This record gives sequence, C-alpha cells and structure tokens, in this order.
Amino acid sequence: MNVSSVKGSMSISSSTSTWKAGDTISDQFPAGLRVLVVDDDPTCLMILEKMLIACLYKVTKCNRAETALSKLRENKNGYDIVLSDVHMPDMDGFKLLEHIGLEMDLPVIMMSADDGKKVVMKGVTHGACDYLIKPVRIEALKNIWQHVVRKRKNEWKEFEQSGSVEEGDRQPKQSDDADYSSSANEGNWKGSKKRKDEEEETDERDDTSTLKKPRVVWSVELHQQFVAAVNQLGIDKAVPKKILELMNVPGLTRENVASHLQKYRLYLRRLSGVSQHQSNLSTIISAQDPTFGSLSSLSGLDLQTLAATGQLPAQSLARLQAAGLGRATAKSGIPITLVDQRNIFSFENPKLRFGEGQQQHMTNKQQVNLLHGIPTTMEPKQLVSLRHAAQSIGNMNMQVPPHGAQSSQNNPLLMQMGQQQQQQQQQSRGQILVDSTINHAPRLSSSMGQPILSNGIATNVSSRNGIPENIRAPGYSQTPSMLNFPMNHASELPGNSFALGSTPGVSILTSKGAFQEDVNSEIKGSGGLMPSYDVFNDLDQHKLQSWELQNVGMAFDTSQHSNSLQGNLDLTQSALGQQGFSSGQMNGHNRSAAVASKAMFSTGDVKELGSAQNVNQHLNNLLVDNTIRVKSERVCDTSPANIFPDHFGQDDLMSALLKQQESVASSENEFDFDGYSMNNIPV
Amino acid sequence: MELVQIQRRLVDYTKSLFMEGFLDAQFLQLQQLQDDSNPDFVFEVVSLFFEDFEKLLNELTIALDQPNVDFKKLDSHVHQLKGSSSSIGAQRVKNACIAFRNYCDVQNIEGCLTCLQQVKQECYLVKNKFETLFRLEQQIMASGGSVPTIELGF
Repeated sequence: MNVSSVKGSMSISSSTSTWKAGDTISDQFPAGLRVLVVDDDPTCLMILEKMLIACLYKVTKCNRAETALSKLRENKNGYDIVLSDVHMPDMDGFKLLEHIGLEMDLPVIMMSADDGKKVVMKGVTHGACDYLIKPVRIEALKNIWQHVVRKRKNEWKEFEQSGSVEEGDRQPKQSDDADYSSSANEGNWKGSKKRKDEEEETDERDDTSTLKKPRVVWSVELHQQFVAAVNQLGIDKAVPKKILELMNVPGLTRENVASHLQKYRLYLRRLSGVSQHQSNLSTIISAQDPTFGSLSSLSGLDLQTLAATGQLPAQSLARLQAAGLGRATAKSGIPITLVDQRNIFSFENPKLRFGEGQQQHMTNKQQVNLLHGIPTTMEPKQLVSLRHAAQSIGNMNMQVPPHGAQSSQNNPLLMQMGQQQQQQQQQSRGQILVDSTINHAPRLSSSMGQPILSNGIATNVSSRNGIPENIRAPGYSQTPSMLNFPMNHASELPGNSFALGSTPGVSILTSKGAFQEDVNSEIKGSGGLMPSYDVFNDLDQHKLQSWELQNVGMAFDTSQHSNSLQGNLDLTQSALGQQGFSSGQMNGHNRSAAVASKAMFSTGDVKELGSAQNVNQHLNNLLVDNTIRVKSERVCDTSPANIFPDHFGQDDLMSALLKQQESVASSENEFDFDGYSMNNIPV
Repeated sequence: MELVQIQRRLVDYTKSLFMEGFLDAQFLQLQQLQDDSNPDFVFEVVSLFFEDFEKLLNELTIALDQPNVDFKKLDSHVHQLKGSSSSIGAQRVKNACIAFRNYCDVQNIEGCLTCLQQVKQECYLVKNKFETLFRLEQQIMASGGSVPTIELGF
C-alpha cells in the first residue's frame, strides 16, 4: 500500500480534486491509514489492533496515554488518526483528546464501553470526531478513514478559501471569518472589519497556493509564540496575517495560523465560559499561585486561548500564561486590558438580549445548563481566597458564605459587587477570585465579560427566576463599575466585575429554583448570576470571558460555594438562553453546559469547596475542552456559526459551565467529564 | 474419539455457549479475525482476558473491603471489566458488570458485594467454558483436522 500517496492525496490541495474525482491515487486508500490506538485494557487493545490490521491499516498501539502523546510528538506527521479509550488510568481520554487537538490536530475517535449520553456528549464537545461504543466491531473501524478525509478536506477548504482570494473570490472573507473566529459569532460582528482584513490577507497569500499543505505541528513553543502574537495584537485584531508576521516563523503559512487561530478562539471561548477563569486569571496574575505551577502547560495554553479570544488583554494573558506555566507573572496589565475588554463587551452587550424579555425564557434555563458544564477551575486555594475576599467585601448583598468563597470562585463576589461597592468589592473580590481561579487564562476573559455580565445578569435574573427585579436594576448600572473592579487589582478578578453581584443571592437562589434540571449540579450555589451570561453570549468571544466572570461572580452566591458554580451556570444559561439555544449551533458542548447550568440552579445548595475544587478541575477540563472544541467547531463552523455567533459563545460557556458543574459534583478533581446531565437540555 | 465426532462436539458445544448466553456475537468477530497468519488469535486474546479479570476481581475485592468504599474507583474497575468482557463476547460477565455498576451508582455496598460474587462466578464459569472449547480445538488440531467454523442460525 502506498501510504505516501494516500497521504499525499489527502494533504495536497489537488487531492481535493482527487477526492472529488475519485482519483486513482486513492485507490488503495484507506489502506495504509496510520492509526494510533490507545487503550489501557490489553484485551481490547489486542483485539483492536487485529481488527485494524484486518482493515489494512498501519497500526501502532499504546496502552498509556502518555506513551501515545510522546509517540505523536516524536513523529508529528506520522499518524493519520488516533483511537483512544475514554477511561484510562494515567490520563483521561478526553484530556488526551484535547492535547492531540491542540498540538497535532489529528482526528481522534473515542471509544468506551460506556454509552451513556453524557459521556458521548463529552466526546462531542471535546472535539472527538467520533465515538465508538465497545465492543467495537470491525465494521465500525472500516469507516474511520472518513474522518481523516473530512478533516483534511476542511483544512484544505480553509486553506483554499483564504488563499484563493486572488481570483477575486472574496469568499475567503467568509472563510477567513470562519477561520478567525472560532465561533461564527465573531465573524458576524466583525464581519466588516474582518472582511477588510481578510482582503488584505488574501492578497498576500503567497505560498498558500502550494498544493501540499504540510501539517504544522503546533508545539508548545510555537503555540506560545502564537499566543504572544495574538495577545500583542489583541484578540480582536489578531488576524492570521499579522500573527504570522509577528511570529516570524519560517515555513509557517497564513493558513496554518488561521486554522490554529480558529481553534484557539474556540478554545478560549470554552475557557471563558468558566467564570473561574476570570478569577483564575486574576489569581494567576496577582498571586502566582503555586497551583498555577502545577497547572499543566495546557493552562498556559488556555490562558493564551483566553487572551486570544480577545477576552483577555494581551498582557493579562501573558501573565496568566506565565502563571499558568508556573512562572511568576507580573500582575499588571490585566486591569488595563480588562478595561479594553470591557469596552468590547459593552459593544456587544447591545447585542445581547439582556433582560429583554429573555428572562422568562426557558432558554435561560438552558443557558444555565450550559454553564453547568463549564468547569470552573477554582482551586481550593483560590476558593479560600475567594472566601476571604468575599468576606472582605463589605456590603455584598449576598451573604458571603464563609465557606463559599472557595467554591464559587467569583460568583459570590460578583454578586456582592454588583450591588454597591462594586468597585471596592470588585477589588477585593478580584483578589479572591484571583486566588481561586488561578487556573487559567480563561479567568482573565471573565473579567472582560464583566461589564456585560452585570447587564446580563440583571436581565437574566429577572427572566429566570422572576426575582430579578432587584437584581436587575442594579446590575445594569453596575456594569461599568464592575469592570473597574477587576481592573483595579492586578489580580483582577474578572469575575468580580461581573457585578453579577447586582444579583445578590436572591437571584441566585431564584435561579436555582428555576433550574430544576437534573444536572448533577453539584454546583449548587450560585446559579443566580445568570444575567451576566446573557450578556456574554452576545459577545461571542467575550462571552467566553464573561462566562468566566460570571462563574466567578456566581460563585459568590450566598451559599458561596457551589453557588458560584451555579451562578456561572445561570449566567451561562441566561446568556445561552438569550442566544437562542435553539440555534443549531449549540454543540453538544453547549448543551452540556446548559444542562450543567440547569443543574446548578436546581441544586440551589451551596456546595462546599469541594465542588470548587472540582470546578477547578473542570475548568481545566474546560480549557482542554475548549481546545478541542476549537477543532470541532472549526469544522462545522461555517454557516450556522455565522448566523448565531452567540450560540457558539454560549456553547462554550455552557460546556464550561457544565464542566464546572461536573467538577463540582465530583468532589474529586478527577471527576472531569462526568455528570453531564443532558436530560434537561431543551436544545 | 474420532475427528468428526470431536468436531461435531465442538460445534455443538460452541452453539450451546451462545444459546446459554455465555458468548455473544462479538465472539464471532474474534473468530473471524483469526486467520492463518494468526492461528491462535482467539486463544491469545481470551488468555489475556483471563489474566485481566483476575487482576480486576482482585482489585474489586480489595476495594469493597475498605472501610470507606471508593465507589468511583470501584465503578472504574467494573467498567474496565465490562469493556474487556464485552470485547471478547463474554456476555454473561458483561451483564453481571452492568448490574454491578448500577449498584455502584447508588452506592449500595450490599448490592455491590452480591454483584461482585456474581461477576466472579460468571468469570470463572466462562473461563471454564473457554478452556473446554480450546481443549476440543486442540484435540481436533492434534488429530490433523481443522477447527470447524461456527455458523449460528440465529
């Protein structure tokens, strides 16, 4: 079998025509497909290997995820597709999925004896190309090559679109839009702006026309460079062309950057969905929390992602990254950047249907659910700090539950903030949030969302529970102040600015009641901050951030712990709801988030920090997920996304929330991907 | 015993295993994977399973013996056993695992203990069946015959 020809046909632009024409080159295809199979069960591994060989594939097997990753890294272009088990002892299959998505961009198929909807959804949201239920039959394996072809085709199309401008086909614009904006949302908004950029970009499509598109492996260093460039440009202005210039990496094409950017955006979006992120960011920045150090490089990447999504100011992102990577980061830039973000958000706010009527939506609920899934990576430490922060905040409407701080990250803080001393509280909260959320850059993004959040919150709150009145009003006005909050502190608790605080525990509580989803909702506490989510939704990328913020704020629910999580959910939900969950865009990711958020609300209890920890975990997962999502979203990005940009953001948020929820539920950090209660998701 | 007789015995025996639910269609898949280049494939895989389940059963016993049972861990082990048993077609073991998982979900220790016993039983039972099967196959091979392929009517 001619592997190279097969590959060639897949990767060359002309291969597209090859595919179309049923080219003879692909006669042997899919024979020779290079498969890497990972499964800790020796029995299954052996059977799979045999089956794959019977399909005439070239098989490499590993029984550990680490081994698989190192194999992939050693030989970046040596594999076409990866088959991985979900449950593995050394690393969760979904984590591996995210790693692969981010670093190698290979299609990954998940397998498990578990056919529960939740798990399958998890696979989807993490960007798996497919999900096979064990026992796997050989017939199922015979078709896996389609994923490879599909992926390459999409890459090619992307490549083509961006590159073929010369023909005067301005399509690239759209495709570029799709490229840049992880979620179509972005594309829509910035359509005009992007269009201009794209035109410029397409103009200089230099070597893009090379048929053969060598796969670029985004190593950690390369990705760092990428993130730095994106941060420098600002997520809004980060267009592939400029990023490419800044990166100045020989051999890297604009298309490579474009596709990576798209993924990154999705990833950020996902991250921002978790409010935790916000606090995390601040924490990272301010506190160089050692936990950061413990964060995997992924966190760093997450940060980058967040930054990239524009939510995080470049500086903050850099900081977060540093923090995330265990390095001390100066706490500085964030405030400023946050401000910028804020502006962005405000701009977006109008789009969000704040409280316009959305409130009474079921969608809100949905949103909540979505958020549910968003992991809030609140580390215990952070939680503690949150708690403190919460307490320090004077007039928080919400009673800062002593325990709560940790779990809910920023939510409780936010809640409080919203009302009155937003500024002050924000500051203090920011601190707390920072501590708690140190996890990822997403946190930064959360701060961004603040302004919006407040608005959103108010709106959502009302819609959801009907309580919102009191919450709403303050929330809106608060927005601006909310933003300030995070800014003030180096730590910035973006979440704080959520000002979700405007929605005091009441909203949270109400929202809790409102969402009686069965979500595992371990995150019981803060569901109340829904409104903010709404705001975020519109914001596309911002949304991601806002989510985080929200989550943070939410965390501050009266009960504080889980509340915050709920809050996040609420936010998400509301945000999502507004977005019209119904849009086709909602990926599973969102759904799960929605569910999660719902769950959060229903629980209505304040979970102890344990959940916070989980949240942290989830945040991590979220981040991971986000990366994966970027991948998957990229693929299906095109139309729907453009139409409903919001949804994408929501989706991310939701998923983030969901993750959060899940994390919360699981009291253990490794409860990463469980607990998606998809049942109630109306979508 | 004559070759033909042994062969027939093998076929009947295999069919009975299917009928009784010990094996399911997945086992057929395994058999189909076996070919000349890999004549002992099924034997190897099933042997792997035997080793595997011993370990898992051990883990399960230990886990349930703890003062504070870690249900997550328990569930994860059971899930693993479910996966491998389903991969080779050991249907009854798989079903026992499913029941076990349900008890894990609700954290019912008594139920789990009962299920563990059941799973153990099924594992050893199917191991026994396989061993008989392999023995028959060996006899056939030793007599110079070829192992008949099972064709299930259902």
